[in-house]
Amino acid sequence: MIAVPDIEFRGVTKRYGSVTAVSGIDLAVPPSAFVALLGPSGCGKTTCLRMIGGFEQPSEGAVFIRGRDMAGTPPYRRPVNMVFQQYALFPHLDVEDNIAYGLRQARPRLSSREISLRAGEALAMVRLAGYGRRKIHELSGGQQQRVALARALVNKPAVLLLDEPLAALDKKLRTDMQIELQNLQREIGITFVLVTHDQEEALSMSDFVCVMNGGRIVQLGQPSEIYDEPADLFVADFVGKTNLLSGKVAGHSGNLVEVALADGTVIAARERTSLQKGEAVSVSLRPESLSLGAPGSGRLNGIVRNRIFLGSTAEYAIEVQGIGTLLAKADHMIGHGNLFKPGEPVAIGFTAGTPLAFPGPKNNGTNQRENKHVETIS
Amino acid sequence: MRSNVLRHHLLTALLLGPATAWLVVFLVLPFVAIAVFSVGERAPEGGYQAAFTLAQYANLPARATAFWNTMVLAPAGALACLLVAYPVAYFLALRAPERWRLILLALVVIPFWTSLLMRTYAWMYVLGGRGIPALLATIGFDDVRLINTPGAVLLGIVYGYLPLMILPIYVSLERLDRRLLEASADLGATPLSTFLGVTLRLSLPGVMTGFSLVMILLLGEYLIPTLLGGGKVFFIGNALVDLFLQSRNWPFGSAIAITLVLVSVVVLIAANRISTRLSGARRVDLI
Repeated sequence: MIAVPDIEFRGVTKRYGSVTAVSGIDLAVPPSAFVALLGPSGCGKTTCLRMIGGFEQPSEGAVFIRGRDMAGTPPYRRPVNMVFQQYALFPHLDVEDNIAYGLRQARPRLSSREISLRAGEALAMVRLAGYGRRKIHELSGGQQQRVALARALVNKPAVLLLDEPLAALDKKLRTDMQIELQNLQREIGITFVLVTHDQEEALSMSDFVCVMNGGRIVQLGQPSEIYDEPADLFVADFVGKTNLLSGKVAGHSGNLVEVALADGTVIAARERTSLQKGEAVSVSLRPESLSLGAPGSGRLNGIVRNRIFLGSTAEYAIEVQGIGTLLAKADHMIGHGNLFKPGEPVAIGFTAGTPLAFPGPKNNGTNQRENKHVETIS
Repeated sequence: MRSNVLRHHLLTALLLGPATAWLVVFLVLPFVAIAVFSVGERAPEGGYQAAFTLAQYANLPARATAFWNTMVLAPAGALACLLVAYPVAYFLALRAPERWRLILLALVVIPFWTSLLMRTYAWMYVLGGRGIPALLATIGFDDVRLINTPGAVLLGIVYGYLPLMILPIYVSLERLDRRLLEASADLGATPLSTFLGVTLRLSLPGVMTGFSLVMILLLGEYLIPTLLGGGKVFFIGNALVDLFLQSRNWPFGSAIAITLVLVSVVVLIAANRISTRLSGARRVDLI
């Protein structure tokens, strides 16, 4: 990366009293990137965003924006703008005055002609032309969201910060806005930093995903990397759906590790860190990497407990004796009659090397994830 | 169905009944009586004598000084109250540590629990010959007069009505969404612009509530001008007491009272209009 990063964290730690919210973060965001900070609530992602915006000061380390150390620079002197959670639009101003708010603060002053021209452009950009004189409370949630976007972008910031911008929208609108945000980012070409706890949102929108947990960055990479090559058990579990099976390392064969599962089945998995023989491990198997077949044809045998028909695919909850319930996602062709029915015995197969083995048994987070499976299944 | 509707109406009547009866007996009827008195004549031996004349209203300029004092000192007092109260309310709502907030708020309100009469008497001594002027004399400032001046009345007003101004402003600042302040800073506004463009604008309903509350109470103020203004600073309230109890000119007193009520209503409506327009609020809770 030769270009000066738009945003750079160098050894940033943030403490509130005795609580450490963010701990030793190093991160460089290249220009014109769409980056998502992804993690569960309390992982420090919002604190990071607020440190870029200038609303929090790092306890240690420094935040750079386009190569400039931002220590001591108040929010109103930073070349970034934020789309706030629940938008924080000014209730006493109409749509146009909300959008023009930042332009009116510019020194030297902009002419009122330029202000209304640029506000009008920004309104058109978010497809709200003609809404300038509306009151904020007269707008729908989606429209308010777009006003918040226009209000931030009209100032031509170096970086746009988005704090859970889609959390308050319904699913349909959220999907539309995801596409709209992506298009906007490509059109304008500035860096977007998005904070979200929704892994689907992070994967679908961004060029880079920065997965955070417990105040640290656990993995930084492209969405496909994060999904296919999770750095650890937490990422494997948090991003996307996965089955986690506990077992013990039985030995190595080539560059794969052999894991003996609870029921005695031995499967070949890739390892992230080198694992010792006898070590307790968790094996991650993505639902879509499992293939289903007639009993006896696969590696594990189970009974279909539940089926969710999703159109092009179907999800199955399959109970495997001694291991637990596995989630499998299978393509099917309607009319070929290859949908399995609840109660039917089924064999589960997978290609050697697709499972990923991580040190350590399932943690609490894993259990939550399992409960979630049950929720989606029942 | 019908009996349900009937019961509903009956319940409404029961709930509203006591308050309505109270207001009719103690507000509407006296107000009608005063209105009738105000177009009457003074009986030779004092009191009221039936007549229909606007002579009492024509005579209003005779109490011009009282009107003038009230019309100047009531808004000035409310304004002085506002200037003192706003920073206090701002500090309490936005700057004070959360756990201290209630205690500090209580400190603002507690003096209000003792009688205004007692507290105003205390000021009489503080401002009187043996109070601050005596202290000033020891360092060479002789003959400083504080008591019985408009300044003393203003001081008494600010002291007496401060909590009534602080509380509504505090409430409106407390309700202010802090993220709006962050959004303003994020959009490049300096702290001063943020204060003027967001904080102050959005706290205007509270400011207007406090201002009209204090202003209306001051229009009828009697105690503070009597004790701290001596005979010199005469309010409408004092004029009314004088007219009803001393010279027993009820019709003239009534005309003044009616005028006072009309002025109060105009002040209320104007305050409401201004704060609604400036803050963009959909609803203003007045008092």
